[in-house]
Amino acid sequence: MKNVIANILFIVLFIILVIAIFEMPTSPSTNAPAYNDVVDYYVEEGADETNASNLIAGILADYRGFDTLGENIVLFTSVVAVGSVLRSTKYDKEVKDNE
Amino acid sequence: MVYINVFIIIFLIICALAIGKIKDLIGAVVLFSAYSLVMSILWLLLNSPDVAITEAAIGAGVTSILFFAVISKTKRYEK
Amino acid sequence: MNDIIIKNITRIIIPFAQMYGIFIILNGHISPGGGFAGGAIIGTTLILYTLVFGREKGKKKFSHKMSEISESGGIMLFVIIGMIGMITAGAFLSNLSGGFPQGQLGEILSGGFIPILMIGIGIKVTSTMISLFNLLIDEEKL
Repeated sequence: MKNVIANILFIVLFIILVIAIFEMPTSPSTNAPAYNDVVDYYVEEGADETNASNLIAGILADYRGFDTLGENIVLFTSVVAVGSVLRSTKYDKEVKDNE
Repeated sequence: MVYINVFIIIFLIICALAIGKIKDLIGAVVLFSAYSLVMSILWLLLNSPDVAITEAAIGAGVTSILFFAVISKTKRYEK
Repeated sequence: MNDIIIKNITRIIIPFAQMYGIFIILNGHISPGGGFAGGAIIGTTLILYTLVFGREKGKKKFSHKMSEISESGGIMLFVIIGMIGMITAGAFLSNLSGGFPQGQLGEILSGGFIPILMIGIGIKVTSTMISLFNLLIDEEKL
């Protein structure tokens, strides 16, 4: 019974996703939802305002600097989490004893 | 160019299904690495070399090394 | 790993790979790449060193203390650069309006603070990769 419900839900989700594919813009056109004033602004003013010839670096580090800072903090948090769970004090003690 | 894209996407779908089905975890990691490498070629064909470099370095390199390190602590075969 | 072929090939490969990673970080603002990809490449070479020459030698190259310093140093560099813009222009992370030198478009010294931020991100990602690997393989066997 569980399997039947799961399969029906899976098929419904699959149909919805396939319909969504046909709703997508097929080629890079001006009708795409992602194409708005921000894109024009970045392409026209980005090189002047950031003075970096790689526009993506300009957007990542200058216009979206806060997002990059948050990304770094996520990496920091992941290392701290792994370290607090897995850090072995035994290994460090052995190294210290050998020295 | 369209045929290359279709071939790559079919390869990616087969890789993704095989990762779910395979019982050998090291084989799954190797398949995941191949998936990331082909995905980076797809990013390059989509004119985004930044994402392609990052995908090749992180997806195919570091992620598989970390998975191998974790598998070396546990068992190789899924039950 | 006690194999003379692998050890010698590793000694030859690592400088070139690290040079490529540094190139990608420093050219992040004028060509594809950036701090994230270059840091991942340098971190992979350090992981390769640890795998081939063993944990003891790897610990000498990149100890836990150094991991702590670089882990927080990358973010500190980022935040300090942002604070300089806050003092001079009144907004966090303000680049050219904050008085950072503009440079010539397309040269390696251009783009205000973007190269400095890329170096900070590179240090951060490098130490993240090698620290995660070290923490995972150091764990005592249960």
